[in-house]
Amino acid sequence: MKRFIGFIKKEFYHIFRDRRSLFILFGMPIAQILLFGFAITNEINNVDIAILDSSKDDVTEEIIHKISASKYFSIKQFIEKESDIKGIFKQGKVKAILNFEKDFSKNLVKDHKTTIQIITDATDPNTANTIANFVNAILQKYQKSLNEDLVVAYQIVPESRMVYNPELKSVYMFVPGVMTIILMLVSAMMTSISITREKEMGTMEILLVSPLKPIQVIVGKVFPYIFLSIINAVVIVVLSIFIFKMPVQGSLFLLALESILFIVSALALGILISTISATQQTAMMISLMGLMLPVILLSGFIFPISSMPVPLQLISNIIPAKWFIIIIKGIMLKGVGLEFIWKETLILLGMTVFFIALSVRKYKIRLA
Amino acid sequence: MKREKVIQVADLTKRFGDFAAVDAISFDVYRGEIFGFLGANGAGKTTAMKMLIGISNPTSGQAQVAGFDVFTHAEDIKKNIGYMSQKFALYDDLTVRENIRFFGGIYGLSRGRIKEKSDALIEELGLQGAAHKLVGALPLGWKQKLSFSVALIHDPKIVFLDEPTGGVDPITRRQFWEMIYKAAHQGTTVFVTTHYMDEAEYCDRVSIMVNGKIEALDSPKLLKEQFQAANMNDVFLKLARG
Repeated sequence: MKRFIGFIKKEFYHIFRDRRSLFILFGMPIAQILLFGFAITNEINNVDIAILDSSKDDVTEEIIHKISASKYFSIKQFIEKESDIKGIFKQGKVKAILNFEKDFSKNLVKDHKTTIQIITDATDPNTANTIANFVNAILQKYQKSLNEDLVVAYQIVPESRMVYNPELKSVYMFVPGVMTIILMLVSAMMTSISITREKEMGTMEILLVSPLKPIQVIVGKVFPYIFLSIINAVVIVVLSIFIFKMPVQGSLFLLALESILFIVSALALGILISTISATQQTAMMISLMGLMLPVILLSGFIFPISSMPVPLQLISNIIPAKWFIIIIKGIMLKGVGLEFIWKETLILLGMTVFFIALSVRKYKIRLA
Repeated sequence: MKREKVIQVADLTKRFGDFAAVDAISFDVYRGEIFGFLGANGAGKTTAMKMLIGISNPTSGQAQVAGFDVFTHAEDIKKNIGYMSQKFALYDDLTVRENIRFFGGIYGLSRGRIKEKSDALIEELGLQGAAHKLVGALPLGWKQKLSFSVALIHDPKIVFLDEPTGGVDPITRRQFWEMIYKAAHQGTTVFVTTHYMDEAEYCDRVSIMVNGKIEALDSPKLLKEQFQAANMNDVFLKLARG
């Protein structure tokens, strides 16, 4: 045990003295999460919208004025009939249409309540969501100014409607995706590089001739990365909760367990890569090409799997990241428990066991 | 006085498919001896050595190292031998002291013993000023000497040196051989592979491998007589050309 602790201490020296790996370890997750976060939830500017005003009264005119005066929207055109809505979206000229109901101000005075429909083109779900939120904000501000000296408040009820993608499937998708990429990167790439470095330097041979058992060497090499990956996962979750107000609906404990499972599977992949590559460079190339690209392209992180051609859909099944993304999406966004994701968990567990067995086998063959 | 055998090898063979990299070699090495293990590149010396230090499984034959069988007790062998590779492998991003501490640690030395050893070793090598420098910043010759000292840190019965003087200047090589003599004098057996024939002259006994077989084994003096050669270089050339 003492030997083992000495070994782990040495691993941490390696990590903390190498600026490049430190940057990858800690700079990358933060940079990525901020980059993706702001790229997706950023402000909108001069978004083209259309107006369908069936009342044409003072209130609607005032609201339209407020909307067009804001820097977020520019009114591209006015349409007259509801049947025009579909066509206008198909042309792709506008991102959203505001539909004021008939007798807008009359209803407001009579019932103290009136509705406005915000129809957005959700092929770009993040923008759609942001547009709806911004219109809401403008309406609420206006409503507040109306109600300043009223006993019974006026209510303008916005009704959001998404066309093309009503479930907004990729909202908040970036956090699970980035988390998956980072954990894969840190666990698989960094371990495979650090193991091949020992091979390249010739120190691996010295370690194998020493009384340390091969399994101690390997566990000693990967242990620090388990630890660092867990820290990274925590950093990502904390950043997304506090900076991007990402909800975590489900159990944090389950999230942690599933993350550790994924980390271990990535580590096993890292060991596997290190057994087949002789140099650090090869290890890095294999990690990037063999792991990162599939994770980015085929895991459903950026491109929805459901819209891929069938062969690619089939291939995506053998990518651990796909299952992990389903799992953490379920936990973070839908708040589901293990009863809904046991199948995915089992698949991930099976893959992990398979990778560990394979890398142990490969490692032994190499020693003989 | 009967001399103690610390390495006993009989018909040791390693095959890769049909090819016998090491073909039924037999020899003994005695305690405190400097045993030179010579051969051209590809003659099989590294493969043979890997079997003796327990990182490669022999195909057939017998071998005992430090009293333990290579087939069944490789782990016990590892505790009793030291090993220095061609690359003088130390960790470049650790300091001199940290390297010593790490290797002392994996051989199970106590904290106090490691401290004691580190101080002695640093003084002996004249590295007082560099003890807290990263090993990567040391000149090659110092790395080599440090690497040898680290291989001896747990007072092994036998130390295996795989071409330990590659790329080092003649003066440093000379100093390095003085360290080897000192270790041998203190009772450590030294098993050394080299392709510098002048170094072969420094060994007590020398074996020469050709195509997986040991073709000659004796003291340098007797080998030169046997092959009627002026120096070890000529012995080697005569053997290698068949």
